Amino acid sequence: MYDLIEKLVNAYGPTGRETLVADTIEEMVKPYVDTIRRDAMGNLICEKTGEEGGQRIMLSAHMDHIGFIVVAVEKEGFLRVMPVGGISMNASLTRHVSFGNGVQGIICREPVRDGETPAMKHMFIDIGAENEAEALSMINLGDMAVYSNDCFRLGQHKVAAPAMDDRIACALLVAVLKELPQKTRNTIVAVFSTQEEVGCRGAKTAAYGVEPDIGIALDVTGNGDTPETKLPAVKLGAGAAIKVMDRGSISNPELFSDLLAAGKAAGVPTQREVLPYGGTDASTIQLTRGGVKVCTVSIPCRYVHSACEVIDLRDVDAAKKLLVEYLK
Amino acid sequence: MELKQLCEMQGISGREEPVRMAIYHECVEKLGEENVTIDKMGNVIAHKAGKNPDAPHVMLTAHMDEVGLMVINATDDGLLRVRAIGGIDPRVLVSKRVRVGYDVPGKDGKEEKKAISGVIGAMAIHQQSAADRKNVLPIDQLFVDIGAKDKDEALRYAPAGTPVTFDTPYTPFGDGLLLCKAADDRVGCYNMLRLLDAEVSGDTDFVFTCQEEVGCRGAAGAAFRLMPDIAIALEGTTANDAGDMPEVSKVCKVGQGVAISFMDNASIAQPEMFAEMMNVAKACGAAHQVKMSVSGGNEGGVMQRTGMGVRTCVLSVPCRYIHSPSTVCALSDVEAQYQLAKAYLEK
Repeated sequence: MYDLIEKLVNAYGPTGRETLVADTIEEMVKPYVDTIRRDAMGNLICEKTGEEGGQRIMLSAHMDHIGFIVVAVEKEGFLRVMPVGGISMNASLTRHVSFGNGVQGIICREPVRDGETPAMKHMFIDIGAENEAEALSMINLGDMAVYSNDCFRLGQHKVAAPAMDDRIACALLVAVLKELPQKTRNTIVAVFSTQEEVGCRGAKTAAYGVEPDIGIALDVTGNGDTPETKLPAVKLGAGAAIKVMDRGSISNPELFSDLLAAGKAAGVPTQREVLPYGGTDASTIQLTRGGVKVCTVSIPCRYVHSACEVIDLRDVDAAKKLLVEYLK
Repeated sequence: MELKQLCEMQGISGREEPVRMAIYHECVEKLGEENVTIDKMGNVIAHKAGKNPDAPHVMLTAHMDEVGLMVINATDDGLLRVRAIGGIDPRVLVSKRVRVGYDVPGKDGKEEKKAISGVIGAMAIHQQSAADRKNVLPIDQLFVDIGAKDKDEALRYAPAGTPVTFDTPYTPFGDGLLLCKAADDRVGCYNMLRLLDAEVSGDTDFVFTCQEEVGCRGAAGAAFRLMPDIAIALEGTTANDAGDMPEVSKVCKVGQGVAISFMDNASIAQPEMFAEMMNVAKACGAAHQVKMSVSGGNEGGVMQRTGMGVRTCVLSVPCRYIHSPSTVCALSDVEAQYQLAKAYLEK
């Protein structure tokens, strides 16, 4: 599992620029699904056809990763940027970042004057260019940078990396497809979605095309197990978290119960998750066409939206067994 | 239709009827009645068949509505209370001339009606406390004075729901600049009417939309109806190039060409389509610039996420003092928007 995770977190793919991640995943899942297509939003839609009369179950894991977009270049060669998705300024300061073409940079902040609140407009990226012309020979306006690759094991069971949100779920979904029996009653549609971090935009058009009966988003969630953090009441290593509610969706109660029961049947630990913030692809899937029953299966994650997002491999394993049990 | 006529026409969001009828008639004249529809939201949709059956189906939009005010009530003294329709900075409103109601030509036995003149008023500076002077008066503390003597008279002339628009004559000035109201987005409407004559490659729907300024409401229904492969919005956007602005905060500059967006608050342009648009701009020689900010939102967002998804791009004319009674833009940028859109459609 670690190798799969490492390969996926290391693929360059900020929000709106997910093609490389999609290419990587497509190679991985090709042997396990019947059809693969991409829509205009760039979603990778992989379908495993079930029996007639079965349901259409859509699983969605988003490929995109929060990042920075270049909006202007200073005469001295520094890049002015704006956030793409929920970037934290504090988590970004003096971080190493990378562009899709291999250019490396550091996120920095100009001195903030008294009485001024630090804001994104004070941030810039230093790419080592000595003037505007040199900078523009290295990057273009509209190019995006992400926290640079840095995947490592933390203790016995945990792994840290940028882009764990939500490549961990991409890895999970790839692993589930691999383990599913060749024939399933239901049609399983694995969607690797785009642009989740700016409002679950990809899942919206994917769901319209897929027309599912049931939608299950796979995503990371917050944690309540670090100093002075209580909510959500979810711990790393305590199992797959099944979402009851967040700001974007209220899970369908029957689907929620079915997923809990699948966890029990598979003999893996589960946790109930009520998240007082955030949203997942379930938020747009549920409102598609005439409405879709949704729930989210979450991997608890520490330091979400930082360059060191930490997950526990035991939770990923629990989620995988639960989903295989539910889908088979 | 001339740009002057379009900019001086009245049509706030949801009350676009004068603009809609003028545009509808011109579309019918050019493409025939069978190719022009007004949908239930009030969008005008003009269809033109492409010469290449394999080329993608394109939807082009420009919104007919402008920001303005709407009457909600009147004071006992006959002053109209109003609310903003669309995003208006209250600082630009005080003492501006407005037109209350629309000009309606008399026909079918109905009496001809004229918009009436008014001015946006506020508590006199002499009455303001030191604290008042430091604060911006919000719109609910402003009023429109139409010279009425009391509430009854005011509401007889301008009942609740009456639209109010800025009263700004179309004024060319400087070297190829234009001072007017509603440049956002009558410049797009102007160009789209001219584009009806383009030798379009794919089937093309020219959609003159309504209610953009209150959340791109018209475009949503139109895109769902048309389900195009590609959608392009012709817009007016903020130029932040006046005053003491650092170079990197200017967003885009008046007179430097049509602004092509890689991202705004509503959508991220599809990278291939953005690159293609830049290449077409270079090839056709249209003056162009990249919009240097992630700000604002427009119809690109709702169109992109219609159905199974639509490839979108936004081409904007830079406008200083946008959403105010006096917008400044360059005629050369209007021309560049036309040139680029035409080259793309005929490609």
